[in-house]
Amino acid sequence: MKNWRALMQPHRIVLMALFVGFVIWCAIALRWDWIPKYTPLALGGLWRTIWILVVTTVMGFLLAIPLGLAQAVGPWYLSAPAKVFCTVIRGTPLLLQIWLLYYGLGSLFPQIPWIRGSELWPYLRQAWPYAVLALTLSYAGYEGEVMRGAFSGVNKGQLEAAEAFGMPRFTMFRRIWLPQAVRNVLPTLGGETILQLKATPLVATITVVEIYAVSSRVRSDTFIVYEPLLLLALVYMIIAGIITLLFRRFENRVNGTR
Amino acid sequence: MTTSDSTIQNNAPCEVQDEAIRVMDLHKSFGMLEVLKGVSLKAQKGDVVAIIGGSGSGKSTFLRCINFLETPSSGQIFVNGEEIQMRPDGSPVNRRQIERIRTRLGMVFQAFNLWTHRTLLENVIEVPVHVLKVPRAEAIERAKVLLDRVGLRDKADTFPAFLSGGQQQRAAIARALAVDPSVMLFDEPTSALDPELVGEVLTVIRDLAAEGRTMLLVTHEMKFAREVATHVVYLYQGLIEEQGPPAELFENPKSARLQQFLKTVG
Repeated sequence: MKNWRALMQPHRIVLMALFVGFVIWCAIALRWDWIPKYTPLALGGLWRTIWILVVTTVMGFLLAIPLGLAQAVGPWYLSAPAKVFCTVIRGTPLLLQIWLLYYGLGSLFPQIPWIRGSELWPYLRQAWPYAVLALTLSYAGYEGEVMRGAFSGVNKGQLEAAEAFGMPRFTMFRRIWLPQAVRNVLPTLGGETILQLKATPLVATITVVEIYAVSSRVRSDTFIVYEPLLLLALVYMIIAGIITLLFRRFENRVNGTR
Repeated sequence: MTTSDSTIQNNAPCEVQDEAIRVMDLHKSFGMLEVLKGVSLKAQKGDVVAIIGGSGSGKSTFLRCINFLETPSSGQIFVNGEEIQMRPDGSPVNRRQIERIRTRLGMVFQAFNLWTHRTLLENVIEVPVHVLKVPRAEAIERAKVLLDRVGLRDKADTFPAFLSGGQQQRAAIARALAVDPSVMLFDEPTSALDPELVGEVLTVIRDLAAEGRTMLLVTHEMKFAREVATHVVYLYQGLIEEQGPPAELFENPKSARLQQFLKTVG
């Protein structure tokens, strides 16, 4: 109720009216008759965008944990390669990484007989494994750096307390160190996940048909340019909004606890 | 002849059983700086040993060497008669042994060091459940009793950050008690507290002393040391300068340095 009243201020009413006007204008003046025809394709693309996002962030994060740990406390022979990996990933364009994997590995593999003969070959002939690999490595590279800071930032006294009570190392890592590190970087991870979402259109360049690829397809089929792009922007905003909400909910649950 | 032999045989194991901590000739250096220069100490079961001394005297380091939070440079440490296996450089031979022994030494830190992502109850059951493999329900029952004992039963589901320093330290004591330690190690448990909160923590420690808990206590609270300790050790620059029963040591200090120290701390 209070929020509602806060909205009812003159300048806000004007802004809302402008927005509603824009939406109505879009609906009336622009062409949307192509939507029914492309709905199945768009839903498929949306699904692909979402699963690529989820799979690559989860796998990337799992990779980021050892990368961060190696850099934070590892011996040089682990920390140096981890550092190099993160630096290379962060220092080169994602588009380049995707292309190098797809055109590089993708053209190397067919020349190796045992790969061609393997069970995996039907998958390795497709584009999506390279897309998933590239996005996973990219997320791991960025988050590895984030986790390095997170691991070093955990209060030493709390680790010492775990040690003083005879906690084995792995238990200490699982029960104290990792949960504390993750909660410290949750806001950063939320932001990075949204960046990852916005990196997914790049895989359209290697023939993976996700939601952006569908909008390009509409454009080239029908010569309608702006409508699909506007709808695409809306779709990305909605997904980003959902990610923000999920992370916020998670953060609140954690923050009640400090 | 036969009788005297049997007496010795009867006494020897008995004495070992009653021994809680024995430290022999402990040395510890940080680089070039020698912090402990050969400290020996014995504590029987039920003893409350207060370790006092100025800052930099090595008293905290000494305490932290006993559970190997600091690796000693040389010396011998026995906990309940079991010697901690050390290499010549003082590093532990067997991490498992250290972990096992640590679970018998409940430590209380100056900065509390409660796990901030867990409630008080979770803090107290953490080690019993995840290290000692006590069934969860049983650990929770016991934790509730312990929290009740330190006066924090109604805070069981609260996170440490919402508590005062005194409450946090009392919770930390409950956490240490949860492993039913054979020796409790207190590392300046009241030094980080506001003056008005010191009393509530000392009350808890006093009760523990009264029930016969074996404790090693590094402290700046001279009055308290005098009241609860059975034995007081004064460390000066990494060596035991003087030790004895509290009444004697505080009333009638022999060493000039201890006299000076007692005068400055009041």
